[in-house]
Amino acid sequence: MTPPLPDSTDAPRLSEMEKRLLNAFQDGFPLVPNPYAAMARELGTEEAEIMEVLDSLRERGILDRIGPLLRPHRAGWSTLAAMNVPCERLEQVADIVSTNPHVNHNYERDHEFNLWFVVTAPDKEAVEGVLRNLAQETGLDALNLPLEEAYHINLGFPLS
Amino acid sequence: MILDTYDHRLIAALEQGLPSVPRPYREIGERVGLKETQVIERLKALREAGVISRFGIVVRHHSLGYHANAMVVWDVPDEEAAALGELLSALPHVTLCYRRRRAAPHWPYNLFCMIHGHDRDTVEAQIETLTRECGLAAFSRAVLFSHRRFKQCGARYTHSTPEKAAPNRDAQRPDRGQQGNVA
Repeated sequence: MTPPLPDSTDAPRLSEMEKRLLNAFQDGFPLVPNPYAAMARELGTEEAEIMEVLDSLRERGILDRIGPLLRPHRAGWSTLAAMNVPCERLEQVADIVSTNPHVNHNYERDHEFNLWFVVTAPDKEAVEGVLRNLAQETGLDALNLPLEEAYHINLGFPLS
Repeated sequence: MILDTYDHRLIAALEQGLPSVPRPYREIGERVGLKETQVIERLKALREAGVISRFGIVVRHHSLGYHANAMVVWDVPDEEAAALGELLSALPHVTLCYRRRRAAPHWPYNLFCMIHGHDRDTVEAQIETLTRECGLAAFSRAVLFSHRRFKQCGARYTHSTPEKAAPNRDAQRPDRGQQGNVA
């Protein structure tokens, strides 16, 4: 189950077509030569309108990308890492961490371990190498918390 | 399923998403040295084998009104984690749930879930409800709300190239969060 769209005044205004498109294609995006034309047929419109709607969602920062989400540890290796960073160094350390091309999420969280990031690389050794490099660059060791078992992976956000 | 070089190249080529052209798989194919039909067949096979857990539009959840994000963690016996994880996964608002390795003595927690909601109060109430409903009240717990986001982009599984990714300069803007690959 996924949460309903929050009843929020600052949620973006979405047209009916945008909602239908987002509800229909967060998974099962057409794997055919002309996917936008296939979407148009399914939603009863034209390929050009679908492409316009997608470009608009992209420009407004609602759509990040169209592509695959990967199941962990199948096409590569990854881990969740956390650092306990002194407050006055947080921005500097976060900048070093973010600059590493193998880091794809980097968040401040309210905990003694206040910097949380995800490291992905082709294999486990490469992930551990990235953590060692970051430790050297920042002078801080990171917790290495690799996934052991997935119970639930988000399959998209429904829009009412 | 054993992935070959072309599968890895294809996954890497898709890290930034499909191009906005009428024949996007043909363009991706040109970048990795595959025909359009081969790109499509490989993606179908990866999807069917579960290497790809979903294929489609990835939204930025902040932009849809989900402003509060909490990671909730518990220290539960490993052998009970799967059953508790299944209970949590069935609840609305739980967007991710998994077991991770502990890192004693600093990090005793092994059961993780991610909760997205409109605001912090709502998410806090949801956490209390799910803790009660799943029988988790007896276990040691921590709740970690996210604050600043320093970087968020698609995962990079390929080896680094000399060109380095720039850190997210919009880190203070709370409206660019997206769903990413699970670590």
